Amino acid sequence: CLKVMESASRQQALASLASIEEPMDLIRVSLDEIVHVKMRNERELRGRLHAFDSHLNMVLGDVEETVTTLEIDEETYEEVYKATKRTVPMLFVRGDGVILVSPIGSSQAA
Amino acid sequence: LFYSFFKTLVGKDVVVELKNDLSICGTLQSVDQYLNINLNDISVTDPNKYPHMMSMKNCFIRGSVVRYVQLPADECDTVELQNAARKEAMQSKSVAATASAAAAGGGGGGGGTGGHGGAH
Repeated sequence: CLKVMESASRQQALASLASIEEPMDLIRVSLDEIVHVKMRNERELRGRLHAFDSHLNMVLGDVEETVTTLEIDEETYEEVYKATKRTVPMLFVRGDGVILVSPIGSSQAA
Repeated sequence: LFYSFFKTLVGKDVVVELKNDLSICGTLQSVDQYLNINLNDISVTDPNKYPHMMSMKNCFIRGSVVRYVQLPADECDTVELQNAARKEAMQSKSVAATASAAAAGGGGGGGGTGGHGGAH
C-alpha cells in the first residue's frame, strides 16, 4: 500500500519535470501563431491565437472566416459555393462550436 | 479568464453573432460567469442577419447561444491576453495533476486498508 502511494507521487514529479505535452499544451504552444480552427456548420477560421481556455473559448486576431455552403444548380449537378467573410479586428469564439484547432506555419500565405 | 476579459470590455461597442445567424450591435452593459451578455442601445449591423426588434433597446443574451463576439482590435493588449492564457493553461494543468495524484493516493490508501482488513 505504501509502494502505491510512492509511485503516484513519483509520477506527479515526473509529469512536472517532463512538462508532458497534453492537448492543451499543444494549443498553448500555438499562442501568437496563426491557427486553423474548424467549427460546426461547415465553418473554418484562420487567425492569430491570442487567448484560449479549457472550454476552447478563444480570442483570434485578424481572422478570416470561411463558410462552405452547397449551392445546387438546377441545370447541372451540385456546385460547392464558398463564402468568405473577413473579420479584421478581434473575434471572440465560443468553445462549444469548435471542432478542431491546428497550427499553421506563420510564414504560410493564404 | 474570459469572464475577466469581458469585464474589461464593459461599456465598449461589440457585435454579437448568435448561433442562429443573427447579429446584434450594442454596448456591453454587463457580463457574468456564464458569459451571458447584457447589451444596451441595440443597432443594426448586417441588415439581412438582423432580427426585427425595433422595440427593444436593451437585451439579455444567454451565453450558450453566442457563436462569436466581434471586438474592436484596439480593445485588448494581445500580449497581455497571451500571457494570461499561458498562465491559465499552466494552472489548469497543475490542478489536474494534483487532482489525479490525490485520487491515485486516495485509491491506494483505501485499497491498503481494505487489504489489511482482508488479511485479518
